Amino acid sequence: MNIKLKIWRQRNASSEGQFVEYQLNDVPAEASFLEMLDILNEQLVLKGEDPVTFDHDCREGICGACGLYINGHPHGRFRNTTTCQLHMRKFKDGDTITVEPWRSEAFPIIKDLMVDRTALDKIIQAGGYISVHTGGVPDANTIPVNKHDADLAMDAASCIGCGACVAACKNGSAMLFVGAKVSQFALLPQGQIESADRVQKMVARMDELGFGGCSNTYACQAECPKGISVTNIARMNRQFLAAKITEPL
Amino acid sequence: MELNSKIPAGPLSEKWTKYKTEQKLVNPANKRKLDIIVIGTGLAGASAAASFGEMGFNVKAFCIQDSPRRAHSIAAQGGINAAKNYPNDGDSVQRLFNDTIKGGDYRAREANVYRLAEVSNSIIDQCVAQGVPFARDYSGLLANRSFGGAQVSRTFYAKGQTGQQLLLGAYGALSKEVEKGTVKMYARREMLDVVVVDGRARGVIVRNLVTGELERYAAHAVVIASGGYGRVFFLSTNAMSSNGSAIWQCYKKGACMANPCFTQIHPTCIPIHGDYQSKLTLMSESLRNDGRIWVPEDAEKARLLREGKIKATDIPEEERDYYLERRYPSFGNLVPRDVASRAAKERCDAGYGVNNTGRAVYLDFKEAIQRLGRQAVEEKYGNLFEMYERIVDENPYVTPMMIYPAVHYTMGGLWVDYELQTTVKGLFAAGEANFSDHGANRLGASALMQGLSDGYFVLPYTMQNYLADQINVPHISTDLKEFDEAENAVRQKITKILSINGDTTVDMIHRRLGHIMWEKIGMSRTEQSLKEAIEEIKALRAEFWQRVKVPNVDGMNTELEKALRVADFLEMGELVARDALMRNESCGGHFRAEYQTPDGEAKRDDEHYAFVAAYEFQGVDNEPILHKEELKFENVELKQRNYK
Repeated sequence: MNIKLKIWRQRNASSEGQFVEYQLNDVPAEASFLEMLDILNEQLVLKGEDPVTFDHDCREGICGACGLYINGHPHGRFRNTTTCQLHMRKFKDGDTITVEPWRSEAFPIIKDLMVDRTALDKIIQAGGYISVHTGGVPDANTIPVNKHDADLAMDAASCIGCGACVAACKNGSAMLFVGAKVSQFALLPQGQIESADRVQKMVARMDELGFGGCSNTYACQAECPKGISVTNIARMNRQFLAAKITEPL
Repeated sequence: MELNSKIPAGPLSEKWTKYKTEQKLVNPANKRKLDIIVIGTGLAGASAAASFGEMGFNVKAFCIQDSPRRAHSIAAQGGINAAKNYPNDGDSVQRLFNDTIKGGDYRAREANVYRLAEVSNSIIDQCVAQGVPFARDYSGLLANRSFGGAQVSRTFYAKGQTGQQLLLGAYGALSKEVEKGTVKMYARREMLDVVVVDGRARGVIVRNLVTGELERYAAHAVVIASGGYGRVFFLSTNAMSSNGSAIWQCYKKGACMANPCFTQIHPTCIPIHGDYQSKLTLMSESLRNDGRIWVPEDAEKARLLREGKIKATDIPEEERDYYLERRYPSFGNLVPRDVASRAAKERCDAGYGVNNTGRAVYLDFKEAIQRLGRQAVEEKYGNLFEMYERIVDENPYVTPMMIYPAVHYTMGGLWVDYELQTTVKGLFAAGEANFSDHGANRLGASALMQGLSDGYFVLPYTMQNYLADQINVPHISTDLKEFDEAENAVRQKITKILSINGDTTVDMIHRRLGHIMWEKIGMSRTEQSLKEAIEEIKALRAEFWQRVKVPNVDGMNTELEKALRVADFLEMGELVARDALMRNESCGGHFRAEYQTPDGEAKRDDEHYAFVAAYEFQGVDNEPILHKEELKFENVELKQRNYK
């Protein structure tokens, strides 16, 4: 198939960017979207041009490295799909495809389609864990966990930290990302001890880092490649309110 | 050079306890004065860095990705083994040890494997305490499933995302230490050399992938946890940035490479579909619990399938050859990976392969869906089925999956002693980067176990033992001449690559290397194919240094990153071939066609080859020196592996 690409090119964080058009012919329909970009880059390199820079790693939808805004949607328009799992058979011959980086104040552009998502790591550092040290823990079966809760915790824990929720949100909010981590631990008995501190610290860090607030448009849920539910945001809000009243920091 | 494995004396089951009792310790005030560098933040690296930080050392952790949470451990699907015996099916530390030694085809060190089995239970305890959402049954207790090479259910899992959940647990622990300030995290950095001062590893040279600048970091000890070198085959299940360069630089600075030819070809991957393809996708081994592997019994039917004239569902039950169940009745579809991979290749070579390429076999869930119901199958494997459908565009609930073996894991790696220290003092290797626990073949769900064992429960002890006599060594300066020399060498290499400005891309050369590796050093190797491979790799290496084209841009330069890695793969591939040529036997993942039993099984030669092959670098164009560490088996009887 033959396609036309409109790709955002930007030399570095401080330079100005622009869309550049590329015509790409004979793209195999079985190729993934990233493999299509590989084909383009191979041609650019041979022509002596700088190839398009983008983040990618596992290419099987789990590492969360890849993330492109494709035709106005983070990871493209298909549900529960990361960019690396999007295949060219989903496009038509002759299509024009617009490719942009995540756009959010909290994610500065590094180059072309690659952004800096360190802010997500910083939110986790604020308290997105259970503070046990290595060793000296009880036997794994000492505390039974209701299967229903364990399954919900697993669903919340499936977040891959790609940042699509932030990119999709008109406010650039990271509520789905934070809500998922807070929920995972809120649903498990092991997470209870620190729950009040955790939610307050993580929310405070999120605010400090320039992420916006939530105005309940659910765009994050619609675009999340792992199908993380906004119920997690509601759970976080409830935890947050309770903690603010009963155990303020 | 002499290899000293430093295995503690005494009975196998008491060695680790004895070591821990007798090792030297560092008091809390002194720990604060000591620096440790950790390269890589996968299961081994993240768990080690977090544990060192908790103990009070100053840790500098480096990862190639934008965040430590993206290390390739994240892609492990199926599970993690432990000898908990929760299902009451006869498991024990001794049995996990036996299975791992046997699964590795008797080419692993007894003492290391026993220690691995011994700490396996603590890993599960640790992860549960961290909030890892393992699968549970309705009682609220942990669930288990079975994996290849075992007759008990000892695998703990979190859907098909066990690696992700364990890594996020370790990443949480690491993040906790970053917040506390004991660990300083350096992301988007790639290690390009290790700095050795007076015979001890004292630092690293890394490239800042964003600015393109070379940076120096110093420490009292260096841990390499950079994963395996499977991408020497180009196509593999590894991530795109997975590479062997960190271990290769250590090799060039005096650390021995052990058993490089022991590479694992995983039996259940999605078949190759085109030459632009960048990677292969694994379908978890756990699928073999319920999926049945088959090809048509009639070669003519296989031909019609390849030509698309009939469909898999057109083949009636009695015309299907469930060849693993036929050849290995007692283990059936759950034989170890090397056995399953070779059996698939054997059927395809004999003309029974399916898919338009003839390089695929079926993995069928029809029987499981009838027995358990579609919903139960969906609950167990839903995400894997979805992944398959996305890539292949076929629904595996209706049409059987097609699978074929692909490069997945490297058992070989840096030689380490019982303390996980390489032949360079103060240079340690953990996880897939070392060679120590899996022998010639790794069992499923054992990689996660080993990575976390090394990081949480082994290195925190052995590192103290090493650092105990370093407490009077002040912080190492990066102004030492050894740092200048190492940085200059790296700079020259980069300048040289950028100056070639040839006519072929890095990927084009990497693909050609992969083709040589797969065809001549892949699932089946012969003396002739290996000799040819060595010559072809040498020629390709020369071509790389004349023809590669890498854009000369400042700052972020992804083509340069790839070129530096491929330059190392072009040297590493040759060592893999040399090792395979030296080892005149078949064992585990190393199958030399000349050495097989009449029914096509791997034929070991314990009399001549029961040793670890450790290579000492002598220059790129010279043959390395081979050192042999004899493997002594005092607790298991060496026999031909029998899964029949």
